[in-house]
Amino acid sequence: MAEKHLTRREFLRTLVLAGASGAAFSLASCTKDERERFFQKHFLEMTDAEKRQMIGRLEETYLKKYGRPFTISTEGAVPRTLWGYGLDLSRCIGCRRCVYGCVKENNLSRHNPQVHWIRVLRLRKGNLVNLEEAEHYYDPPYVPEDGYFYMPVQCQHCENPPCVKVCPVHATWKEPDGLVVVDYNWCIGCRYCIAACPYRGRTFNWAEPKVGQDEWNTSVHYLGNRPRPKNVVDKCTFCVQRVRIGRYPACVEACPTGTRKFGNLLDPDSEIRYLIDHKRVFRLKEDLNTDPKFYYFFAE
Amino acid sequence: MEAWRFFKKTLRLVVSGGPVYYGWCLFLICIVVVAFRYYLYQLDQGLIATHMRDQVSWGMYIANFTYLVGVAAAAVLLVIPAYVYHFRPIKEIVVLGELWAASSIIMALLFVFVDLGRPDRFWHLIPRFGWLNFPSSLLAWDVLVLNGYLLLNIIVPVYMLVKLYYGKEPNRRLVVPLILVSIPWAVGIHTVTAFLYNGLAARPFWNASILAPRFLASAFCSGPAMVIVMFQVVRRISYIKIEDSALFKIAELIAYAMFLNLFLLAAEAFKEYYSDTIHLASLQYLYWGLNGHRVLVPWIWTALGFNVGAFFLFLIPRTRKWLPTLNLGCLFIIVGVWLEKGPGFVLPGFVPSPLGEIYDYVPSQLELFVSFGVWALGLLAFTLFMKVAIPIERGEFTHTGRGRPSTAYAIPDSEAQ
Amino acid sequence: MEADTKPRELSEHTNVKLLHAAEALPWCLACHDAKDRDKFHLVTGELVGFTETYRLCGQCHGTNYRDWKAGVHGKRIGYFANGPRTYFLCVNCHNPHDPKFKPLKPEPPPFRPLDKENG
Repeated sequence: MAEKHLTRREFLRTLVLAGASGAAFSLASCTKDERERFFQKHFLEMTDAEKRQMIGRLEETYLKKYGRPFTISTEGAVPRTLWGYGLDLSRCIGCRRCVYGCVKENNLSRHNPQVHWIRVLRLRKGNLVNLEEAEHYYDPPYVPEDGYFYMPVQCQHCENPPCVKVCPVHATWKEPDGLVVVDYNWCIGCRYCIAACPYRGRTFNWAEPKVGQDEWNTSVHYLGNRPRPKNVVDKCTFCVQRVRIGRYPACVEACPTGTRKFGNLLDPDSEIRYLIDHKRVFRLKEDLNTDPKFYYFFAE
Repeated sequence: MEAWRFFKKTLRLVVSGGPVYYGWCLFLICIVVVAFRYYLYQLDQGLIATHMRDQVSWGMYIANFTYLVGVAAAAVLLVIPAYVYHFRPIKEIVVLGELWAASSIIMALLFVFVDLGRPDRFWHLIPRFGWLNFPSSLLAWDVLVLNGYLLLNIIVPVYMLVKLYYGKEPNRRLVVPLILVSIPWAVGIHTVTAFLYNGLAARPFWNASILAPRFLASAFCSGPAMVIVMFQVVRRISYIKIEDSALFKIAELIAYAMFLNLFLLAAEAFKEYYSDTIHLASLQYLYWGLNGHRVLVPWIWTALGFNVGAFFLFLIPRTRKWLPTLNLGCLFIIVGVWLEKGPGFVLPGFVPSPLGEIYDYVPSQLELFVSFGVWALGLLAFTLFMKVAIPIERGEFTHTGRGRPSTAYAIPDSEAQ
Repeated sequence: MEADTKPRELSEHTNVKLLHAAEALPWCLACHDAKDRDKFHLVTGELVGFTETYRLCGQCHGTNYRDWKAGVHGKRIGYFANGPRTYFLCVNCHNPHDPKFKPLKPEPPPFRPLDKENG
């Protein structure tokens, strides 16, 4: 009897000792910086002081890694804002300048992998929501082509986002101003959110992002367009680094035909509210009850 | 130091064996080593080294994970009722069944691990240390129930084996409740895994109510089929008595489960083809091809052929009760259900993509090798478990060193059914 | 000297081809003022300068004019809050003599999943 008690206690003791010494050894063999990076908290759980320290460390890292000085903002949501987007399907000509404007503004990987947050679909006239007939890879000499119209799709910033529901570690969430964002330092890369999104709103950095040294946009937001590590998910943020200081998103500015509109849904005088009041707006896949804030319409 | 002595003796037991044992273990270890090198390459380059892309963001790894959770659930669901219904021929091998379930869960968890983009951040999944999104995320549920199931299927066998090692009877009041709770837990792990696909409105192929029942039905086919094969191996190499009648009973169970599986498939096919909405596209892609994309078609028809063939082999008593056809049926089921529940389930969910794109995912060489490595690791773990468990059960490996078979585990020939 | 206001083919300004609603705007003086070349005239006869040309366009394109005033017609750049708002004039985007947008060369399509540029 006494013998067996000894065994059980001894067994447990051996196990705990082995585990603890293993952990202690791994921890001791890291640098302080590596330890801080490994154990970095979730963004929402950091105090302001911790955020400042983390931003300082990141800016240092980016300078060393990319050779350019970055300024990383952690600008919070502006009170009483809920961002909404408008897209005029009567004017899109499928030129894809929004796609590449976004690539430049948001430091997206140019190749291996190529990350595009916006995907422009070409649809045959007469066929609006059957997306299975959509062509993604159209490449004619000129657009628009006869018989077709074009529909760009990006993250719809749903009010009832399925991606937020399924993320196992809370790496993605909806901010108070309605933007659905990702903490790239918390994401574990399981890609469940990509499976859950009905709009191809989310993309994955399958490898280290490739951006030329002089191509970097160095005014970044922690939750937006800062350089991403490999193997994490990212997505359109409605240019969080711009809209929270009152600037239009890059895709809105890039569009040559005035297709794209943006504004604060809570401001009755905003452009987006005008559109909802005066045009017949609709949203994609409304039957899925995701309640997107990306409104499509036809001005004429 | 009692623990050290036990450890040393176990180690000696594990490294002593015949040429077949050594050959088998070395073969598995080689596969694991090669696979590990491929995995290091994947860690270095990123998941771009696989053929998964935004359009099909889960592939071979998650396909294997889905299959193995089913195997783990069924292994326990099969052997546990022996305790409840006192079906003697199976009762004696509960421990082996649980260790097989544990090995399957280890493989399933490893497949998730190698699929993660940032395995260094796995601690984000630990409640309290990280931030687990429970109860909203079904993956969070899966993390909890799978690890709990693993613990259950390690603690109970280890406890029972250690008791046997000391020549003592296991405390039934401790063990039986744990074994009984394994039954709903086994149903739970596979239901949770089904739900993690089922809850995605974005993927109409998975957003079908029959998904969870279908998962359980196909798990009840593949798991027990592996158990039949495993039992034959065990009784050959260790002289533990496992009656043929036990194997035939399991096969009968499989026949019913396969009928249910095929019926649910027919129900799904009717709904998609008769209603004829655009959501038919995924099923069409799988069985007939879509717009010329036919990469999965030969595989799924092979799976269907195997499944139907196995159903008849197990249904007809003459073929069920003849070992060669029984084993053929098992092979058919193991492969057929893997094809249908692995790639035949995960991949069509992504095709067409939410914006209508078709991408023909085919696993890369790296993914195949890493997958082989995980399977090899699981089989190696099970082999080593058996190498220690069987001698303990047969009373050859005890604390006193003197052989004395435990009365709970030997059946005299005259009493055999 | 009095200007000749008869619609005809001109021997000057040959670089300007008027391709704007041929029936409604037969020729140059439909918008340009005959006496004051720095001004345009509305249908009421009122003269407007180059900075107010939207009033001229708005006579026929009322719905676009209304949308433009609300900020929902045309290209948006700069600040929508916390900064000066930028309004383009009609002619910043539309050539009044040939207003139809020319087709553009599209930017390249995305790489396919297994393109060598995509891994």
